[in-house]
Amino acid sequence: MTTKFTPDHEYIRVEGATGIVGITPYAQDALGDIVFVELPSVGKVLKKGDEAAVVESVKAASEIYAPVAGTVTEVNDALTGNPGLINSDPENEGWIYKIAIADAGEIDGLLDDAAYADLTK
Amino acid sequence: MRYLPHSEAERADMLGVIGVPNVDALFSAVPAQALKSFDLGLPAHSPEFLVEAHMRALAGQNHAGSDGPFFVGAGAYRHHVPATVDHLIQRSEWLTAYTPYQPEISQGTLQMLFEFQTQVAKLTGMDVANASLYDGSTGTAEAVLMARRLTKRNKIVLSGGLHPHYRDVVRAYLKDDADLECLSASPEGQGDILDHIDDQTAAIVVQTPDFYGHLRNIKAAADAAHAKGALLIVVITEVVSLGLLEAPGALGADIVVAEGQSIGNALNFGGPYLGLLATRKEFIRQMPGRICGETVDAEGQRGFVLTLSTREQHIRREKATSNICTNSGLCALAFSIHMALLGEAGFTRLARLNHANACKLADALESVPGVEVLNKTFFNEMTIRTPQPAAALIERLARRGILGGVPVSRLEPKDHSVGNLIVLAATELTTDEDIAALSSALAEELA
Amino acid sequence: MSMNNQGRPTGTGTSGFASTSGSALLPNEPLLFEIGDTEHSGVDLPDATITNARLGGFERKTALDLAGLTEPEAMRHYVRLSRLNHSIDSGMYPLGSCTMKHNPRLNEKMARLPGFADIHPLQPVSTVQGALKLMNELSHWLMTLTNTSAVALTPKAGAHGELLGMMAIKAAQDAAGQSHRRIVLVPESAHGTNPATAAFLGYSVKSIPARSDGTVDVQAVKDALSPDVAAIMLTNPNTCGLFEPQVIEIAKAVHDAGAFFYCDGANFNAIMGVVRPGDLGIDAMHINLHKTFSTPHGGGGPGAGPVVLSAALAPFAPVPFVRKGSNGLELVEHEQDQALGRITAFQGQMGMYVRALTYMLSHGGDGLAQAAQDAVLNANYIKARLGQVFSVPFPDYPTMHEALFDDSFLTGTGVTTLDFAKALIDEGFHPMTMYFPLVVHGAMLIEPTESESKQTLDRFCDVMEELALDAKAGNATRFTAAPMKAPRRRLDETRAARSPILKWERPTETLKAAE
Repeated sequence: MTTKFTPDHEYIRVEGATGIVGITPYAQDALGDIVFVELPSVGKVLKKGDEAAVVESVKAASEIYAPVAGTVTEVNDALTGNPGLINSDPENEGWIYKIAIADAGEIDGLLDDAAYADLTK
Repeated sequence: MRYLPHSEAERADMLGVIGVPNVDALFSAVPAQALKSFDLGLPAHSPEFLVEAHMRALAGQNHAGSDGPFFVGAGAYRHHVPATVDHLIQRSEWLTAYTPYQPEISQGTLQMLFEFQTQVAKLTGMDVANASLYDGSTGTAEAVLMARRLTKRNKIVLSGGLHPHYRDVVRAYLKDDADLECLSASPEGQGDILDHIDDQTAAIVVQTPDFYGHLRNIKAAADAAHAKGALLIVVITEVVSLGLLEAPGALGADIVVAEGQSIGNALNFGGPYLGLLATRKEFIRQMPGRICGETVDAEGQRGFVLTLSTREQHIRREKATSNICTNSGLCALAFSIHMALLGEAGFTRLARLNHANACKLADALESVPGVEVLNKTFFNEMTIRTPQPAAALIERLARRGILGGVPVSRLEPKDHSVGNLIVLAATELTTDEDIAALSSALAEELA
Repeated sequence: MSMNNQGRPTGTGTSGFASTSGSALLPNEPLLFEIGDTEHSGVDLPDATITNARLGGFERKTALDLAGLTEPEAMRHYVRLSRLNHSIDSGMYPLGSCTMKHNPRLNEKMARLPGFADIHPLQPVSTVQGALKLMNELSHWLMTLTNTSAVALTPKAGAHGELLGMMAIKAAQDAAGQSHRRIVLVPESAHGTNPATAAFLGYSVKSIPARSDGTVDVQAVKDALSPDVAAIMLTNPNTCGLFEPQVIEIAKAVHDAGAFFYCDGANFNAIMGVVRPGDLGIDAMHINLHKTFSTPHGGGGPGAGPVVLSAALAPFAPVPFVRKGSNGLELVEHEQDQALGRITAFQGQMGMYVRALTYMLSHGGDGLAQAAQDAVLNANYIKARLGQVFSVPFPDYPTMHEALFDDSFLTGTGVTTLDFAKALIDEGFHPMTMYFPLVVHGAMLIEPTESESKQTLDRFCDVMEELALDAKAGNATRFTAAPMKAPRRRLDETRAARSPILKWERPTETLKAAE
């Protein structure tokens, strides 16, 4: 199991052929209290960099892009009633959607722990 | 100049603090050829009494509603506005406040908007309402765009009973695109929008009472739209009708748009008015315009704030639900105060009085030789067919001091079938004498 | 249950009678629905008898449940609510880019003359000649002040005017076979309505970066121009309060590329009577009557946003408009060949036309120029007085009608721009605009307008200085806990947005009791 990052502060945790996507603790802290999440529909086909979801704080709306190409297989419906999960536990309970990864090669092009830590220093 | 506080000495002092020799130095970024390079040729400043005299002279060249019998409606209605309403909206704290961006010192405006939203939701029978839009016509265009976002479909069908100006505004907003279908004018309530709904339809737009005064079957329209997965947008230009007619929300409407002018707001030659927009709870994130919501302050006290603002242009910029920036705050206040003064009891009596006077008007017009009333149903407005071109007839009535309604040809100049039709309205201000004066004048003109 | 210092409950879902802040003269006011009921009314109306109803079976069967108040109760409810608002009439309102200037009451009196307020938009044109003359006079003033060829009066607000102006540009380009122009250039510092308007019309928005001095670089515009660019939307004076020094060169570059120059005229109040935008090369510009010409803001509207047009765009103006005819003035209400149609029912914001013209006549051409110069003088005075303590992001040019500071003076104090603004409330001032324009970190945009006296400006500057020194001295609590003297403490916007409560619901206990 590996976790990779984008320069736009999405993470993707790879479990076999599936990736779990969310935003990093750094990003949730910068955005402040999340009040609404617009989830993608299951089955949606995404190219790398496509807008997949939107998270909103009181004063800002931020698009969540697809870190890699693939098809949305599952979304975190718990966020609809409790968007604050992204603040309290962004990497576990606050995940946003799962994607069936189309090209595993794209994962390698993403940032690893150290590179992302560098970016947010 | 009475609005400018500085003396010349103060101006000089201030320039000294800034460290420039004269005020022109503050405009140094302006290209020299554009700075004060002209003589405007406009009149110089003027004392209050001279300005007032000038404006009174202009006002005096207009025939005011109170100058004689008055039957003009067609989307704007002459109702009585209680003196309390106009007094209150001129209070400094309402009139000269801005958008409530600092909620701690804007609770008056915010609580009023919360009350307004509640009133509109109750009137229309919908879950939620926004804090008002510019007017009913632009509100209709916004509702159509909202329906497209909600359904991800494009086809829009406008009923032939929709106010022609509203139809034209929707056409301009949609750039008259191929997916907009405008049914031809239906002064006798003919034609059926239900035949035009298919599985590509985002929404149908039905006005009731319609432009010609007919009451439309909202339940049937809602059922037909929903059967194809389309939305029903109900448009109301005479909001007083909701005192007697079933709320569109109870009949299946998905979005209700109304012109709110009738309550609390004068005719004003067409504006400012206020658009009401109400919808189902699940659609709020696609609703345009400002919205006020309840919350608590740091001490746990109830308070109100503008909310869900991530839909709006100042945050979403090119991804906003609408480019709309303002609401119609003071008109919404006037609406809300008048509605509070009426209450359910008063509002119902007001609606009954309107309908009663309209019934008298219809009966009187029926008795004028040559005049045919086209409506079997109406609230306070109806359409008549006369044996003569309507525009000239209305002009002749005006010369007699009677404003006898709106010739349909003024709004539908290309449709020759409507040339002899007049839309007339009665309100609580219409007297038996007014009706008698109109019918006898009509009888004489048509003799 | 939490208790306040007077020992009374402070519940939030209750009637609202409980209070911790405010004074004896500023009690909390319950909601209309908590004090009124469906029986009471403040209006006397006879109960009409209807013998032969024509309602076709569509009568209301569900209850409205609308609360009513008698007249004295209504008066008190709305007077008490009003006192929870700050207003221009009660104190300085230096909200940048919003132009909170004095609203003369003569304007209100004139707008209420029956000859203006009690006329119908569709009554015969022969019976409203005075109204059409007024529209003509207002148009004359607007075209003269801007040196332009035409004006479309009908837009209901500034953003509506923007929409109309861009629609006119689109119509002109479509008519000229230039429909391939799909890009609109918008500087980073623009108001959010600009990109929203362009996107609404199907354009893609290309952002132009700001120069480090806060203005737009003509070279950056030239680099962005291409045969696919339809227009630039440029605010001048811009949202940083600066006059764009290269505006004429920018206009020329835009025109050379076959594109149009839409000018956002939100800040025209800074230059009215002093600079004519037509001389700068604009093709269309909306004018916010509620900013520049003193029509009241009314707690958030109604506004009015007439759009002046260059000769190239004049044929594409919407209906209706006034024109001289054989029998006096005519109202042209139907589409001409090229016109873009109708963007609102009826004739627009007549009530605002009356107020704006009244203001123009009161000031005269000379007074309007003086007002613009005083507005600029006041902003520069604030910048000069506060420049030592506050940080000025763009010191190169004199400012126009507003003074812009950033939040670097707060670095290390633990006080945010928002905290600082809230502390100003406790000193009796409405806060400045914060976090706008976006190109400046922690922006504080102060627009005093011409209406403030030197005495008021001095008091404001004294307070600002004192607050800044206090923040730097480490007294963060005064800021982070502010406001403490307003009718409410800071409000929980997260809660409002997470589970929106957008209308009053009858409390469930009452419902159960009623069953």
